Amino acid sequence: MSLTVDIRQTLGAFHLDARFEAPQGVTVLFGRSGSGKTSIINAVAGLTRPDAGRITLGARALYDSDARIALPPHRRRIGYIFQDARLFPHLSVRQNLGYGGWFAGGTDSADFARVVEMLGIGALLERRPGKLSGGERQRVAIGRALLSKPALILADEPLAALDEARKAEILPYFERLRDHGGVPVLYVSHAPAEVARLATSVVALDGGRVSAQGPAAQILGDPSITPLGARAAGAMLEARIAAQHADGITELGAGRLRLLVPRISGAVGTGVRVHIQAQDVMIATRRPEEISALNVLPAQVSTLRLGNGPGALVQLDVDGQLLLARITRRSAKALGLHEGAQVFAVLKAVSVAPQSITGPI
Amino acid sequence: MLGPEEWQAVLLSLKVALWATLGALPLGIFTAFALARWSFPGKQLVNGLVLLPLILPPVVTGYLLLLTFGTRGPIGAALKEIGIVFAFRWTGAALAAGIMAFPLMVRAIRLSIEAVDPKLEEAAGTLGASRLWVFATVTLPLSLPGILAGAVLAFAKAMGEFGATITFVSNIPGETRTLPSAIYAFLQVPGGEGAALRLVAVSVIIAMAALLLSELLSRRVAARVAGR
Repeated sequence: MSLTVDIRQTLGAFHLDARFEAPQGVTVLFGRSGSGKTSIINAVAGLTRPDAGRITLGARALYDSDARIALPPHRRRIGYIFQDARLFPHLSVRQNLGYGGWFAGGTDSADFARVVEMLGIGALLERRPGKLSGGERQRVAIGRALLSKPALILADEPLAALDEARKAEILPYFERLRDHGGVPVLYVSHAPAEVARLATSVVALDGGRVSAQGPAAQILGDPSITPLGARAAGAMLEARIAAQHADGITELGAGRLRLLVPRISGAVGTGVRVHIQAQDVMIATRRPEEISALNVLPAQVSTLRLGNGPGALVQLDVDGQLLLARITRRSAKALGLHEGAQVFAVLKAVSVAPQSITGPI
Repeated sequence: MLGPEEWQAVLLSLKVALWATLGALPLGIFTAFALARWSFPGKQLVNGLVLLPLILPPVVTGYLLLLTFGTRGPIGAALKEIGIVFAFRWTGAALAAGIMAFPLMVRAIRLSIEAVDPKLEEAAGTLGASRLWVFATVTLPLSLPGILAGAVLAFAKAMGEFGATITFVSNIPGETRTLPSAIYAFLQVPGGEGAALRLVAVSVIIAMAALLLSELLSRRVAARVAGR
């Protein structure tokens, strides 16, 4: 089942004109604040009504201005995970979890047990939301949305209100949802690390319009998009553990590319995704020798984008995988970089932090 | 302690105030919800109408009730056909008390409904609850402290209603002689001060008990609703 959105809406001086498709997996709506992410997700949920267009989920029209269809939220079968959890304060955690299922013809006890187990909220069931921590609340909110038997899950910056530790606690649940949920997820975010970790596909928004959409690796590795600015740019690689070395180094393989990183636990063959920030990648025109960096990869400059300021963003093709490097214009000029130039990408193993690696995919 | 006549007035007052409160409550909740959550043409007019009994002299309200609900009034005559009579009956006293208490009730309930976060109602909608279910499972339980407070306030007001009641249904012992009417009647006859004072004491006790009860109830419900 996939979601297609093609809507137009005017909200004051803001014009939304968005058309995209969200296939199975996690589709991240990505863009600065005010780019229209929440407007889109609210239109999909039925909380607001666009001026014109169509929203379909599988074969079902949720909204169609020509056919005069606008299903109310409660008939759309969506599970909406809000930024601010929005648990019902007068109900226990158990009652909150069962709320949606009650309208969907009852909660299957096996489903209930599976979701409670997956989210680790078994000990909280009899508590009231007022007595939960922020992270616990958000996990219950995820469970509540899942147990409403949704055909689509919407998540509006579900981690934005949490600190880093809580984010790290919740992100894995979204990964499990992506890998085992069987339901498309539309996920709003403007945090590059979240996008790189979760996205199967990315819809980049800019000023109410879709500026790019496609598979995550392709969009994140494209220097012309960087919807959050070059500072936050980075590429995403989908790799597998190729070998575990005795000195604590893990060797990853993506196509013919080999990448050495600090130890990641997992058997050989386990899939992982790696987020490599553009600012961690250096470029050399000759192979550097006697250098501490473990990864020196022959590459070809596929795109060179000079900014208005002192910076430049370089897309490198390393054996068919795309990396981004953020350097200065001065360096680009000194090295004589141009599209098609043969160079070496240099990456310190330790700059790939364990939290930028997630698995399995 | 209390003579039979005085007991009669106390019990009648309790009955009248209870029915006035119970009768006004569903309409009060609906009106409060409409004023709190909907925008519709003529909303200010409805708001004004609801508040009117608070501002009009009670005797005017009573007289208007007599004109409309009296046996020769347009509504009163129609209701008489199906066997419902308000004029000079205790039911008329309940009607008058209910109408006089309505503005206070609606105000309290409206405030508590407005205090319910609409985001929670949105969330309930996305989880499959229709508007009516959202109201029944989210809005209503969360505004319950205010609804209870409104009901207690209305009950107290109904217990004390005098002007509209005496104008509409007169002061008939055993039928429409409520506490305030009885106190008034006792004060009109020589040697009635003793009975009047005893009823005054009863009034004070009932009012205090109602206040304490509402405090206790709303504190309990508020704690429950806040999820603590």
